[in-house]
Amino acid sequence: MAEEDIETKIKNYKTAPFDSRFPNQNQTNNCWQNYLDFHRCQKAMTAKGGNVSVCEWYQRVYQSLCPTSWVTDWDEQRAEGTFPGKI
Amino acid sequence: MAHPVQLGLQDATSPVMEELITFHDQALMAMFLISFLILYALSSTLTTKLTNTNITDAQEMETIWTILPAVILILIALPSLRILYMTDEINNPSFTIKSIGHQWYWTYEYTDYGGLIFNSYMLPPLFLNPGDLRLLEVDNRVVLPIEAPVRMMITSQDVLHSWTIPTLGLKTDAVPGRLNQTVFTATRPGVYYGQCSEICGANHSFMPIVAELIPLKIFEMGPVFTL
Repeated sequence: MAEEDIETKIKNYKTAPFDSRFPNQNQTNNCWQNYLDFHRCQKAMTAKGGNVSVCEWYQRVYQSLCPTSWVTDWDEQRAEGTFPGKI
Repeated sequence: MAHPVQLGLQDATSPVMEELITFHDQALMAMFLISFLILYALSSTLTTKLTNTNITDAQEMETIWTILPAVILILIALPSLRILYMTDEINNPSFTIKSIGHQWYWTYEYTDYGGLIFNSYMLPPLFLNPGDLRLLEVDNRVVLPIEAPVRMMITSQDVLHSWTIPTLGLKTDAVPGRLNQTVFTATRPGVYYGQCSEICGANHSFMPIVAELIPLKIFEMGPVFTL
């Protein structure tokens, strides 16, 4: 995906689109996966010195989907080093 | 909202609910017809003077009254499944709004474009204005647009709750640790009421949901409406 596409895609963001990996009522993993993807992308891009703004898509999606209390808890866990996901 | 001594469903405010009402009316009519038929057959059997104590079998009648109910059930099941799948159709929502259940209030989060988060508590009877509905009014209503697919993400911070708005045909359990999605498209503006539908403690009956549905253009102006 060219960087131009992702920039336009982020600019035209309205809300989290339908994700065929999670087609049913239970969207817990949709929120979880996008949270992981954003932080993994951020970690990888900063490690390589790349443009972190391409990761913004995942951030917009998880902010749309995830309850803010979940995000706050996960952020604290990451800061403490007790986050259960692999980033 | 429901009216006193209401027997039927509330008027629909979404296409899915319209389908549900039609299906309900058809299935109920089928049930009434069958019930009255059986009642008639039973009462004629009990009141007739014509009796025959030597009947041994009646294969033709037995065949008919086995096949016919099966056919009727299939005719009820097909529209039912059609509507069930209709509620799960893939659509691209325009907005995502989160509803988090607590003991005993709801929190609504509008985070697509920023962070509008607020709690919605029931208005105690002493705080009601004249004309308000007892046990149904809240201090902050959840404001939603009409004529656009809206995705609601429902969860809970503590125990099981259920986020319900009958006129939109919505009832979704709020499960702690799980994010349930429900999508709807409202067809007309107005204020619509629902009540928590999963027992959640002492004030389970006192955490209603009030949705204020406004025109899309006004909704898109942003959260000025909550001020």
